Amino acid sequence: MNFLIISILLGIIILAMAGIAIIQKNIVVAIIAAGALSLFASILYLLLAAPDVAMTEAAIGSGLSTIIFFYVLNRIRTTDERNEE
Amino acid sequence: MRNFFIIIIIAAFGIMLYPLFDSFSGNEELSELASFYAQKENVEKVNSANLVTAVVVTYRGLDTMGEVTILFLTAAIIAFFLKKQSDVRSLRENTEIFTTAAKLLIPIIIMLGVYIFINGHLSPGGGFQGGAVIASAIILILLAFPNKPFNHKFFGYMESVSGLVFVGLAALGGLIGLGYLDNAILPLGTFGELMSAGAIPVIYSFVGLKVGAELSNILNGFQSVQSDS
Repeated sequence: MNFLIISILLGIIILAMAGIAIIQKNIVVAIIAAGALSLFASILYLLLAAPDVAMTEAAIGSGLSTIIFFYVLNRIRTTDERNEE
Repeated sequence: MRNFFIIIIIAAFGIMLYPLFDSFSGNEELSELASFYAQKENVEKVNSANLVTAVVVTYRGLDTMGEVTILFLTAAIIAFFLKKQSDVRSLRENTEIFTTAAKLLIPIIIMLGVYIFINGHLSPGGGFQGGAVIASAIILILLAFPNKPFNHKFFGYMESVSGLVFVGLAALGGLIGLGYLDNAILPLGTFGELMSAGAIPVIYSFVGLKVGAELSNILNGFQSVQSDS
């Protein structure tokens, strides 16, 4: 029963993070919300007895892809500024 | 009006997919394929404590090779499209707290990654997971010490050599074992020891090195095209 409640709570948090990532106008906040989504998803995978998938999700989903998003965001910003000049 | 159409389309998808949800019932026992893998004689044949790893590396080894190939293609395409920045940037130093914490954490994270892929046949995890953890240590190095030169040639060589060894070991299984990617080319050893389950730990170590080197190269590529203005 306890397990069920935690799983449902995690699911609600994941949905909320996904909503923030879509609706939020500030891109930095949206990227961080997407990273947090992956982190909570990896906890959910761990609870659902899939530790292999949880490891991949935690390392790639919330670690590497978030940083790649930030690199790309910075790159786009600097290119835009250069074009405006 | 536009929103109305979108809502109608979403509702139609919901109605289409509802029967799947309604008729879903969990499996009480293993499916036919899964019970074949979990048979006692088949488990003894691969002698691996982690059955998922045994399936991924031996029975479905060709899929793993496909995944590695896809990752290689991704890395190659990213390296092809990113233009190298000509001017050398000198970034400001990070704070003392961040660099000290990074110095402490980087060796531990790399060791955890190596542990995950070497123990792939004993505990959860394997080559991909270990490689991703190692790449996250490399990104910490890139963020904490941005002025240190990154030897991308070394990572490129490591990736190529690991990939070649992986394919070579797989072909060796075809030559002296039962078939391509057979793990019985090395002695099976005792169940639960580090050097057991035949070639699985060796293959997974090279997969881990390859994935780690590839992801590090991708991240370094993204870092090297950043510019200040």
